[in-house]
Amino acid sequence: MNSAVFFGLSTMAYIFAMILYITYLAFRKQEVGILATTITIAGFISQTSAIFLRWGEFADLSGMGILKSAPLTNLYESLVFFVWCLILGYLIIEFKFKNRSFGAFVTPIASLMLAFIDLTGVSKEIQPLVPALKSNWLLAHVTMSFFAYATFALSCSTGLMYLILTSKKRNEGSYFFWTITFGISFVVLVAMGIDLLAFKVAVKPDVFIQSYLFKASFLNPSTTIKIISWVMAFTTGILIWRYGLLLNSIVRKFNVTVEMLDEITYKSIAIGFPVFTLGGLIFGAIWADQAWGVYWSWDPKETWSLITWFIYAFYLHGRLLKGWRGKKIAIVAVVGFVAVMFTYLGVNLLLSGLHAYGSG
Amino acid sequence: MEHEKKTIVDKIWDLCVSIKFAIVLFVLISVTSIVGTVLEQKGEPSDNIQILSKLFGESLAPHLYAVSEKLGFTDMYHSWWFTAFLMLFSLNLVLCSLDRLPKIWRLIKEPMKPMNVEQLRKLSIQREITIKGKPDTLKNEIKGFLKLMHLNCAETVGDNGYQFYSQKGRYSRLGVYITHLSILIILVGAIIGVRFGFKGYLNLPEGETSSMVFKSEEQEFPLGFDIRCETFQVDFYGNSDMPQEYRSWLTILKDGKEVLKKSITVNDPLTFNGITFYQSSYGMIPNGLERGVFLFNVASAQSEKTVLNLRYGDTFQIPNTSITGKIINFSPAFKMDEHGHTSTYANQMNNPAVLIDFSEDGKYKFSGWILKRYPGTWILPEGQRVEFNDYWGVEFTGLQVRKDPGRWVVYIGFFLIAIGLFIAFFTSHRKIWVTLVEEKNNTRVIVGATANKNKSVFERKIDKMISFLSKKQEGGK
Ligand code: HEM
Repeated sequence: MNSAVFFGLSTMAYIFAMILYITYLAFRKQEVGILATTITIAGFISQTSAIFLRWGEFADLSGMGILKSAPLTNLYESLVFFVWCLILGYLIIEFKFKNRSFGAFVTPIASLMLAFIDLTGVSKEIQPLVPALKSNWLLAHVTMSFFAYATFALSCSTGLMYLILTSKKRNEGSYFFWTITFGISFVVLVAMGIDLLAFKVAVKPDVFIQSYLFKASFLNPSTTIKIISWVMAFTTGILIWRYGLLLNSIVRKFNVTVEMLDEITYKSIAIGFPVFTLGGLIFGAIWADQAWGVYWSWDPKETWSLITWFIYAFYLHGRLLKGWRGKKIAIVAVVGFVAVMFTYLGVNLLLSGLHAYGSG
Repeated sequence: MEHEKKTIVDKIWDLCVSIKFAIVLFVLISVTSIVGTVLEQKGEPSDNIQILSKLFGESLAPHLYAVSEKLGFTDMYHSWWFTAFLMLFSLNLVLCSLDRLPKIWRLIKEPMKPMNVEQLRKLSIQREITIKGKPDTLKNEIKGFLKLMHLNCAETVGDNGYQFYSQKGRYSRLGVYITHLSILIILVGAIIGVRFGFKGYLNLPEGETSSMVFKSEEQEFPLGFDIRCETFQVDFYGNSDMPQEYRSWLTILKDGKEVLKKSITVNDPLTFNGITFYQSSYGMIPNGLERGVFLFNVASAQSEKTVLNLRYGDTFQIPNTSITGKIINFSPAFKMDEHGHTSTYANQMNNPAVLIDFSEDGKYKFSGWILKRYPGTWILPEGQRVEFNDYWGVEFTGLQVRKDPGRWVVYIGFFLIAIGLFIAFFTSHRKIWVTLVEEKNNTRVIVGATANKNKSVFERKIDKMISFLSKKQEGGK
C-alpha cells in the first residue's frame, strides 16, 4: 500500500464525517454523533499513516536520511499537514469540551481543502529538494507554522461563531463584519469553483491556479461577464446580510455558550501565538540566516508573517483593554486568520502575479 | 484630586505608556507594510507603474506612483517615517513596561497573608464542603494534597480551625516582560548589524584568490585576508538537471599562509574573522575555455590508468598505444537529438562533454563526444578508456558575504523571547488558601484560590482534591 491510498481513504472519511456531523446537528441522535467521531478518528489515523508512509517514500527517493525528508516541502504536502493539525485540534476540543457541534464546522473545512487539492491539480509528486530547502530549521519552521495556522483556523471559526451568536441587529458593525466576511469567502469559493469548471474541465491547462484564478468571473476579458460577476457577488452579499439571522438560529442549536467560544478562541491563539513566534518567525529567520546570511529581508512572505504576528499581538493586548473584550476582539481574531490565509496562499497566488519575480 | 487637570506632559506620558498606543502602532506598522509588499521595494519605476496599473488602471498609475515615491513607499522600510514608527514602538514598549514593572514586582514579592472566610469567598475560584471528623484529622491530608500540587504551605491557627495557604509560579508574571525586553534586544541587534556590518558578494573563479569583496558594483571592501576557491562542484539528482547540492572548497589565507580550509554548501557557510561566506550561486566564467583544465584518466585495454591534465586544444596519447586524441570542442550542457544533431542547452555545467578527434599513427580515425555524466561514453571502440573527471577552472562560485556583529545579540533575543513566551503562556501564578472550620463533629473545608492564567487547569486540580475528600467521607459512613 502506498501513501496515496491512505490519503484517499482519509479524504473520503472526512467527507463522510462531515455529512454525519451535519446530520447529528440537525437530529441530535447520539449514535450518529458517535459514528461521526469514530469515522473522523479513522480518517485521522489513516492520514497519519499516509504522512509517515510518504515520509519514508521521500527518504528513499532523496537518500537524505529521515530527519531531512519530512514531507512538508510543497503546497500539497503543507495543505495535507494543515488539515491533519486541524483535525487533531478539533478532536482535542471535542474530548475536552464534550461537544460535537464544531465538527459540522471543521470537517467541511478539512474536506474542502483536500478537495481543493484534488480539483486544482496542485502537484502531488514527490519532488526532490533544491539545496536551499535542505535544513532542519526548515522542517521545524514549516511544522510549527502549520501547527500554528491550524490553531488560528480554529480560533477564526469560534470567533465567527461568537459573532454570529452575539450580533443580532442588522445595522450593527459586528453583524456587517461577519456577513461580509462570510459573503466574501463564499463568493471567492464559488468563483474558484467556476474557474475550475471553465478551465480545468474545458481547457485542461497544465498550471491551474496562478494563471486562471478569477479569469472566468471577475477578471474575464469580456466586460459583460465582469459586470455580471460583480452584480452577482453584491447580490450574494446582500442576501447573506438579509438572511444572516438564519445562521444565528442554526449556531444556537450547537449548544455552545458565548463564554465557551470566547475561551476557545483565546486558548487557541494563546497556543498558536508562541508557536508561530518561535517556529514561524524565529526559525524562519534562522533558516534564512544560514542559507543566505540575512535573517530578515522584508520580502513579501516575511512581511506578511510579521503583519499576521502584529494582528495576533493586537488580539492579545486588546483583551487587556476595557471595552474591547467580546465582539471587537472576536473580529480581530477573524481578521488574523484572513492574514494567515494571505500569508500562506495570497502571497504566492496574488502578489506574485503582480511582481515580475513571481513568474519563476 | 481626581479632577485635577492633567498637564500636557502627563497626557503625553499616559499616551506613551498605554496599551492603546501599542495597538495603534501595531495597526500603523501593519497597514503600511502591506503597501510595502505590493510595491516592489527599490525596484525599477517602470515595474512599479506596471503593478499600479494592474491594480488601479493605466491612467491613475503614474500619478499614484509619483505620490508613493514622494511618500517613500518605494523604499519604505528605510524611510524616515517607518523608522519613526519603529522608534515609537520601542519607546512605547520600554515606557509601558517600566510603568508597570514596579507594581508587578510588588505582586511577586508580597508575602502571602492568611485570609478570613469572607475574603476567601470573594476570590475567583472557591469551593466548600463539609466532612465528618475533626479538623485535626484532616490536617495532614490537606497538606499532602497541596504537596501533590507542588505547593509548599504555610499554616496558621485561627479561632476556630486551621488555615493553610501557599503560592506557586510567582515569577510567571515576569514572562511578559522578558518577551517585551527580548523584542527590544532583537531591534538593538538589528541596528548594530545595519550600523556596523556590511553585505557583499563575490564571484570567485575556481583556482583564484581574492582579498576583497564587492559591496556594490563599484564599491570594493577589503577583507584583511585572502580567500581562494579550490574547486566548485554541483551534484544533480540522478541524471536530471535538478541540483541536489552545490559545494565550494574554500581556503582562507593570511599573509600567504593557509589558515582555514572548509567546503561550504547552501545552509552550511564558512565564517572567518566575523565575516561569513554563504554559497549562493554559481556559473560559467565567460570565455573561460582557455583557462580551464580537463582532468582525464586514460588507459589502454591492458594498462594502468594515467592521470592527465589537459587544456583546450591539447593533444594527448593513450599509453601503450599509438592512438592520440585532440580536444577540439566542449559543451557545458550537451544534448543530442534523435537525428544526431548536437547542441548546448544551458550555460551551466549540467552535462559537460568534450569532443575529441582520435588518430592512430597520425592518421585520423574518428571523433567522439565524451560525457562526464555517462561512463558509457568513456570506452572507445577498441577498449581504451578516456575517463572524463572534471573540467576545472571554468566555473565560478557565487558567494554572499556578510559581516553582522549584531547577529549574536539578535540570537540572544530569539532565545529570550522563546523563554519569555513560554513563561507568559504556559505557566501561571497560583495562590490557594484552605481553611478548616470546626462545626460540631464535622469540619467545613473552605477553599479559595486564584490563578492569573490557565485558571481552568488549576480549578480542575482543586476539584480533584475536593472530590477525593468527599469520597473519603462517603467511605467512612
Ligand atoms: C509586537 C510586540 C509585542 C508582543 C509580541 C507582545 C507580547 C505580549 C504578550 C504575549 C503579552 C501577554 C498577553 C496575555 O497575557 O494574554 C503581553 C502583555 C502586555 N503587553 Fe505586550 N507585546 C508587544 C508589544 C507591546 C507594547 C509595544 C507594549 C507597550 C505598551 C505592550 C504592553 C503590554 C502590556 C502592558 C501587557 C500586559 C501585562 C499584563 O497585564 O499581564 N506590549 N504582550
